[in-house]
Amino acid sequence: MDLTFSQEHQDFRKQVQGFLEEHKGTAPNMKAVNGTSSAPTPSVKRWQHILIENGYTARTIPKEYGGYGGEADLIKGLIIQEEFIAADVSTGLTGQGISMLVPTLLELGTEEQKRKWISATIRGDVVWCQGYSEPGAGSDLASLKTKAVIEGDQFVINGQKIWTSSAHFSDMCFILVRTEPDAPKHHGISYLLMPMTTQGIEVRPLVTITGDAMFNEMFLTDVKIGSDQLVGERGKGWMVANATLKHERGMIGNPAQTEANLNALIKLMKAETCDGIRAVDMPVFRDRLMRLQGRLLGLKLHSLRLLSDDLNGKAPDHGGLIVKYSTAYLNHELYSLGVDVMGELGTLYGGDAYQSELDWQKMFLGSFSSIIGGGTAQIQKNVISERGLGMPREPRVTMGAKGWAMM
Amino acid sequence: MNFGLSDEQGLLQDAIRGFLEGQTPLDSIRKFAADGNGLQASIWQGLIDLGATGVIIPEQFGGSDLGMFDATVIMEAIGRTVAPVPYLSTAVLAPIALLGSGSDAQQQDGLNKISAGDVTFGVGLTEATGVRRDAGLTLTGTKLSGKALFVMDGLKADQLILAVGSDTLVSVSATAAGLTRNRLNVSDKTRGIAEVLLDHVDCELIGAAGSATQTIEKMIDAGRIGLAAESFGAAEILFYRARDYALERNQFERPIGSFQSIKHLCAEMIADLEPCRSLIWYAAYAYDELPEEASLMACHAKANTQEVAKMVARSATEIHGGMGFTDLMGLHYWLKRIELNRQLLGGPEATREAAAKLQGLVA
Ligand SMILES: Cc1cc2nc3c(=O)[nH]c(=O)nc-3n(C[C@H](O)[C@H](O)[C@H](O)COP(=O)(O)OP(=O)(O)OC[C@H]3O[C@@H](n4cnc5c(N)ncnc54)[C@H](O)[C@@H]3O)c2cc1C
Repeated sequence: MDLTFSQEHQDFRKQVQGFLEEHKGTAPNMKAVNGTSSAPTPSVKRWQHILIENGYTARTIPKEYGGYGGEADLIKGLIIQEEFIAADVSTGLTGQGISMLVPTLLELGTEEQKRKWISATIRGDVVWCQGYSEPGAGSDLASLKTKAVIEGDQFVINGQKIWTSSAHFSDMCFILVRTEPDAPKHHGISYLLMPMTTQGIEVRPLVTITGDAMFNEMFLTDVKIGSDQLVGERGKGWMVANATLKHERGMIGNPAQTEANLNALIKLMKAETCDGIRAVDMPVFRDRLMRLQGRLLGLKLHSLRLLSDDLNGKAPDHGGLIVKYSTAYLNHELYSLGVDVMGELGTLYGGDAYQSELDWQKMFLGSFSSIIGGGTAQIQKNVISERGLGMPREPRVTMGAKGWAMM
Repeated sequence: MNFGLSDEQGLLQDAIRGFLEGQTPLDSIRKFAADGNGLQASIWQGLIDLGATGVIIPEQFGGSDLGMFDATVIMEAIGRTVAPVPYLSTAVLAPIALLGSGSDAQQQDGLNKISAGDVTFGVGLTEATGVRRDAGLTLTGTKLSGKALFVMDGLKADQLILAVGSDTLVSVSATAAGLTRNRLNVSDKTRGIAEVLLDHVDCELIGAAGSATQTIEKMIDAGRIGLAAESFGAAEILFYRARDYALERNQFERPIGSFQSIKHLCAEMIADLEPCRSLIWYAAYAYDELPEEASLMACHAKANTQEVAKMVARSATEIHGGMGFTDLMGLHYWLKRIELNRQLLGGPEATREAAAKLQGLVA
């Protein structure tokens, strides 16, 4: 065990701290950077450009695709994350295009696709949505039915998507469609890039638990897109999609962000009082706080262990599969404590004079999104036990004449 | 940077695990429990021969001058095998006491003997971590009187190190006149936990009276990390036995491991366990290298691991069905080790409160 950083990395940390010192005042507010209701504003894009220029985001993306072109250095990545979180400064745009599509294109896109989309995406000029889920295909995504047929040099798409986050302001959609209806379900899917301005797309907002309309239904009627918009091979979209889902799981489980939330909770508990007693002085609340802190430290250090394993060329084990699952529940419990600490005031929501600086009720409600989105917690447990621990899948059942029967 | 075992630490782990696993088939564990000594001579000698008692002792006193991290690797192996050895008290806590507060002569004598395996220690810190009933010691000059409760590894030890209040450390011979020790009948019969009664017993102070606060704190930190590692080792064994049993045992014409409720219990166990490993490693590393973080990390490592280990012990027992409740499988030895460790040097509530205090969150 050796957690010392090399001189190069210590110098790098100083450099990051210097940058933050200089730019802290002008960085846009975290929330503004990754809003779920509108495309990035000019000031957010300016910030994104500064970050790319300095290699604090899009660090390892090659220069020819608009990135910084830095060598892959996990420790530098870690240092950037630690320092930005400590300074409460945004590390720039995330979103499904940057976090999911770009890595996929880098891995599986054609040269032309890379040149066309990566730079524009990481700079915030093109916003993407993810068209995977359908009314009948959620956890069982591979049963999706939206179909595309080839007509000349075009795909013609018909069907319906649902839960499509950001579709109402996106420029593009990476979408899964069935192109080989006769193939087994995992083998007939293709991964396409669809401009949202194409005729035949109708986006209807769905209001969520938090009252925002962050996701949508998307109806597709004879939507025609060029056949060069295919990523990977026809019928191999499931593999392409899985490459993307891997990145999504990383994005949703980020203990560094949870740490920032815990610090906000500690601040709240030092300020909020009931009967004149600060929450932090009430042993029951304090114990809940310490429990969460212990779990958080465990997850944070676990992530460091995973990073170190990666760095040292150790084969991944079940360790990586648990992060999203554990972080989602930890966040949920953390926000729940924020609400409980505020008592009745904790139910206030969406802007009220009695609310604290942060909207704990809204964060609590919002936290369901990572328990459900990107593969539900129960599905994660299937993945951990099956892929991580080598346990069998459960058999399929069907309703027969005499009731339920195994297939 | 390497968050994990170095090559040498990996070799140490293999050697200790290999040796202990060979010594602890279930039948032997049953015998050790029936003896109830908490000290099995041949296993203890084997650990001595492997150099395990000297890992945190400087070379000048015959040790290998490694660190708490290495001791933690050994504690984990002890937990995996529920081995009956007074390792924590003798090889971790006693050296810390002597190195922190002992005189040159005490260090010379005590540390050399520990490295060589010529002495065993019991340690009683209950007065510093929570007084129960009428426990308590008074020191008049070098005469010690009163009662020490829950002296770890104290039942068969040659020498006892006791905290008087939370600022003074003394060492007494277990055979001194006026000293009586009684077995405390804890459910984990592989440990030798004692009540020690003292009536004007001659003792040796380790450092001047009132001067050992910091040393005692370090002992508590190290003890918490060591116990957490031991419980982690025990829990990991219980977890993998449950997973393996689930793949073997059939009901309704299928392995019970194909039932989702069983799979999900397994997923929950491993999801909670894995971060504990990292937390314990980091706490041990902090003890060696980042002293300002050590106490807080020790509290969280202990509290979090004990909560998780208890959940794992429960789920693993449940997955074994009726077998889990019997002596046939012997799972209960691991469960009982976890249960005793949970309470020693402060249960989860107490250690979390200590963590809050360390951060200035307690008025
Ligand atoms: C905030 C948010 C944003 C989202 N954004 C997008 C997006 O941008 N694009 C997109 O394509 N999708 C998006 N989704 C959809 C998301 O991926 C799905 O909601 C999710 O995969 C679950 O599918 P479902 O809603 O159909 O639930 P179902 O699959 O119907 O699940 C219902 C319940 O059954 C359980 N269940 C199902 N199958 C199993 C099983 N095999 N074993 C055990 N339990 C099971 C689930 O765990 C869940 O508890 C988003 C969802 C949320 C909440």
